[in-house]
Amino acid sequence: MTETIINVILFTMLVTTAFAIVRMTRLFAVVMLSGVFSLLTAMLFVTLDAVDVAFTEAAVGAGISTVLMLGTIALTSRSTKPSTRSNALPLLLVTLTGAVLVYGTLDMPTFGDPNAPAQTHLAPHYLNESITEIDVPNVVTSILASYRGFDTLGETAVVFAAGIGVLLILSGLRRRREEEEEDES
Amino acid sequence: MEHHLILRVVTKLLVGTIILFAFYVQFHGDFSPGGGFQAGVIMAVAFILYGLVFGLDAVQQVFPPWIVHKLVALGVLVYAGTGIWNMVLGYEFLHYGSLNPHHMSHGQHTGIIWVEAGVGITVTGVMIAIFYAFAGRAPRLGDDDW
Repeated sequence: MTETIINVILFTMLVTTAFAIVRMTRLFAVVMLSGVFSLLTAMLFVTLDAVDVAFTEAAVGAGISTVLMLGTIALTSRSTKPSTRSNALPLLLVTLTGAVLVYGTLDMPTFGDPNAPAQTHLAPHYLNESITEIDVPNVVTSILASYRGFDTLGETAVVFAAGIGVLLILSGLRRRREEEEEDES
Repeated sequence: MEHHLILRVVTKLLVGTIILFAFYVQFHGDFSPGGGFQAGVIMAVAFILYGLVFGLDAVQQVFPPWIVHKLVALGVLVYAGTGIWNMVLGYEFLHYGSLNPHHMSHGQHTGIIWVEAGVGITVTGVMIAIFYAFAGRAPRLGDDDW
């Protein structure tokens, strides 16, 4: 019961934040509110007992991305241009997509169903055997780093590639080279 | 931000604590929530906070960009290198048990610490490098420009 009340409160705040983000034109406030949005999401993950995910969401979503978005609006503009077109088509599209997503969840097993495929396939093995096989008390870590070590290597490579991509676009290496050429000439 | 005395003092107090917490999250990830990704982000946040308050030049003296750029690649190399080391020992790629063949689970534990360290190094490097890239281009904004 308590959990239901907490969930309802958190979801209400989440939707309110989302509406506030849509309505605002000052991007500084929008960035701050998206940080709040991430923090609320992290709290929802905590109520789902997914503390590792909540930790990541709080650190990445609320922490780093807020700073990086601030860096972005420092480079660009501090407020959105008012939209001149009608909002009818986007609204229709969003409503349709939402309806399709809700329709898609109808086939899914109910939340916490012990007979759901996710609970019966590999999860029992991980939960029962990981302490003897991996010797690490935190099952999330043993799945992430050992059972799914290949995936995590891929994730690290993605982070690496993303970092390199941003550096190539933004680091100003080319600008420096041009300045050097100007100095030489 | 030169005139924000409170921010500067609080930042000086916080940076060390944040770095300590990052190491805790990194190396205690086997026992409690956390791990390389979170620890890397928290570690980066310490330097980003320092950079935000004391300026880009100050933080780049502490942590020069060329080291950051090397770290970005080093983490992936540590991770993949662990896997290759397992192959050298005669097991499959990323089969950490090979690190301690008599006691496979201990080998697993060692392997996890190495790959988490790799993840942490790359994430720290990428986050700080992106921050440097953004902050290096932005014109300095006054308090009222926001």
